[in-house]
Amino acid sequence: MSPAVGFRDSTAIAGIAQTEFAKHLEPSEAQLACQVIVDACADAGIDVSEVDALCSYTMEATEEVDIARNIGCGEITFFSQIGYGGGAGCGVVGHAAMAVATGQAEVAVAWRARKRGSGPRPWTNTSTQLHVPGQWTRPAGLLRPVDEIAMLTRRYMHDYGATREHLTNVATAVRKHANMNPNAFMHSKTMSRDDYMAARWVSEPLCLFDNCLETDGALACVVVSAERARDLRHPPVYVHAFAQGLPPEHQTMVNFYTDDPLTGPAWACAKRLWANADFGPDDVSVAQIYDAFTPLILLSLEGYGFCKRGEAGPFTDNGNLEWGRGSLPVNTSGGGLSEAYVHGFNLINEGVRQMRGTSTAQVENAETCLVTSGEGVPTSALLLRR
Amino acid sequence: MANAAAFSGAYVSNLGPSVEGFLLPAGDEDGGFFWEGTANGELRIQKCNSCGHLRHPPRPMCPRCRSTDRGFATMSGKATVWSYVIPHPPLLAPYSDLAPYNVIVVCLDEDPNIRFVGNLVTGAGGAINEIDPHSIRIGEPVEVVFKKFVRADGSEQTLPFWVRRP
Repeated sequence: MSPAVGFRDSTAIAGIAQTEFAKHLEPSEAQLACQVIVDACADAGIDVSEVDALCSYTMEATEEVDIARNIGCGEITFFSQIGYGGGAGCGVVGHAAMAVATGQAEVAVAWRARKRGSGPRPWTNTSTQLHVPGQWTRPAGLLRPVDEIAMLTRRYMHDYGATREHLTNVATAVRKHANMNPNAFMHSKTMSRDDYMAARWVSEPLCLFDNCLETDGALACVVVSAERARDLRHPPVYVHAFAQGLPPEHQTMVNFYTDDPLTGPAWACAKRLWANADFGPDDVSVAQIYDAFTPLILLSLEGYGFCKRGEAGPFTDNGNLEWGRGSLPVNTSGGGLSEAYVHGFNLINEGVRQMRGTSTAQVENAETCLVTSGEGVPTSALLLRR
Repeated sequence: MANAAAFSGAYVSNLGPSVEGFLLPAGDEDGGFFWEGTANGELRIQKCNSCGHLRHPPRPMCPRCRSTDRGFATMSGKATVWSYVIPHPPLLAPYSDLAPYNVIVVCLDEDPNIRFVGNLVTGAGGAINEIDPHSIRIGEPVEVVFKKFVRADGSEQTLPFWVRRP
């Protein structure tokens, strides 16, 4: 038996929590992180003193030692961090699940706390971002993540005939879901197709509404063995499969130097993910796809095998990503584009809610959920099952 | 950023921007030959001395044959546009003063998988916003020109730019 078969459904997400999402939250990132971890334990019905594994992003500012001594952990026996910003999210939950599945820990916590709305944009720091690979791109005025992804988007549109209408499909579908979610930053703001087309440019061919929000917020989840989860407060949400992906000769965000720059980390991640699962893309009920920028959803739809290469644009037509209409509802809480941008951790918690049956855009009879992390950077993905 | 190292490689110097405020490359352990080349009006690409494979950006080991024996080849400077973007504010000064401008990715005639990020200008001293960015076409032929920048400390660095060719 492949070790991946033993991992399948052997762990479950038993608790989730989040703070309010806002342009500015008063508490420090450390306080937000501690609070959501404690809240996630309460959601699971597990005493915080039982936490023995801590998994986080390398970009997390609050270190394990600070979390542990604040929340009153006992002995921590597993801790890990994953790099590459928004590529890390599903990875930290995957590492938590692996730690539990392999007996390194019994109660693992993964979290992300970020005051992105309050803080400066990372790209404005000119002292830390001029090394490899930034020295080959930033002097030309390719300064921001949006410029880097716009470059791939322009080429994608040229190669496959995708249009801004397809990006509109993505932005309006995700906004519609945020309008159903009272906790979403954009809950009360609707977006029509005309609103999208009228938005100001940020980096042509991408406009304002192709970009994620800039918000403060924190989220956490608790992973335990499937056996333990069955005795806890909520129905278990099983971690069916997990994978990470770093393809050959990849460069983070500026993946211009490979034979085929339009097949990014999602492709490498997907291959392992589906190999480790006992179902395929056609069996996915609902998907939470990393959306720092709308075109990342197009690339990910192809990478994870929901359509063939070049077909993601038409795949989004006729409301196909929308709750109540489409074959694959995507980012049902509003995602990074319209709920909150917390490096994709809100996608994970929404995946859990879909499997619990408690989403504000609940997909009827949802059995399985794909959650992905950032495309364009070394990435990760989870298959959740109820 | 807490983990700048996760997004970057080793570098040896960051001497700061040009006197106009344009960002200039931070020198790293592997790219010295490239900037010596641009100062001499040459576009040099790293080449594996063992298997001949061209690679960019420069790095210590050849991913094809794992040799660390490396040199460079001087390119013709002829390329085609692979993609382009048109940034609008918010941006850093002085780029924001020039927006909207163009940023292009070109692929070199010698090896289309060797790509470069740069700007399309009308001549070596040209500004990055002097060409109507909507006139740029993927696949159009371009060739390299070089422009020298000076830092406040008097040090110089020459960057490649791209002009249209017939």
